[in-house]
Amino acid sequence: MNWVSWSDFWAMGGYAGYVWGSFGIVAATLAAELLAIRARRRALQRLVADAGDAA
Amino acid sequence: MPLTDINWFYYAAPQRFVPLAGRLVPWFGAAAVLLGLAGLWVGFFVAPTDATQGEAYRIIFVHVPAAWMSMIVYLAMAFWAGIGLAFNARLASMMALALAPTGALMTFLALWTGALWGKPTWGTWWVWDARLTSELLLLFLYIGYLSLHAAIDDPRRADRAAALLALVGAVNVPIIYFSVQWWNTLHQGASVSLTRSPSMATTMLTGMLLMALAFWAYCVAVALARLRIIVLERERDTAWARRALEAA
Repeated sequence: MNWVSWSDFWAMGGYAGYVWGSFGIVAATLAAELLAIRARRRALQRLVADAGDAA
Repeated sequence: MPLTDINWFYYAAPQRFVPLAGRLVPWFGAAAVLLGLAGLWVGFFVAPTDATQGEAYRIIFVHVPAAWMSMIVYLAMAFWAGIGLAFNARLASMMALALAPTGALMTFLALWTGALWGKPTWGTWWVWDARLTSELLLLFLYIGYLSLHAAIDDPRRADRAAALLALVGAVNVPIIYFSVQWWNTLHQGASVSLTRSPSMATTMLTGMLLMALAFWAYCVAVALARLRIIVLERERDTAWARRALEAA
């Protein structure tokens, strides 16, 4: 095991900003992409549902 | 069954491919989550501290997978764009379009995590050397592909024009890959190659490969999910697409 405690883990040997900045941007952008895809699908479903009502 | 008896184009029809993609997405999504958790575990709790870089080297577990996927996704995008152009195959063109945003994101992540890795190890966020500059060009190629596609109203004309850009830009991918051999650069050479044993500890390599597989499964899942939406957007006036959307 590399870490003696959780605070030791989060400190990343003094490189916390670099390491968590990297993993954080990955987590944030992947989550944003998944949300964007869901929003695009819902927008399309609304569009088609509205067109169906109008017809 | 002889290979010639298989109808290789069965799933090239959008109305057959959409349900197939819908079934594949959860599997690739689950694989991405499981491989990602395993990779993070190995990367943070099994792989040892690096002798020279300390803990900063752990950025490798997202940097290298993102950089690999930025190139692999581009080659896949150019391949499908080319198939769509050469054989007038609509689904192939839509596959290329579905890959582009994810490829652009992978390129952005490779550059961002590279900057955060460069600062503590090289002392600078950015240098205009061959590897970094060609990777930045890759980001502009993705953005150019998407912008060109968005600028043309007729989807099939947009597919063809953007495919040309994607194919011409593909020449940049080997330039990125071999840049560390062809030019003097601050960026280190490949840590993993097919011709020699890797220059890193086994547990570090295991974590990196697990994360690379996780990124790969993520890209497949997201591209297929986006492809379904693109197909249904274009086919939304057909009865089958409306039924598929109600079921989704």
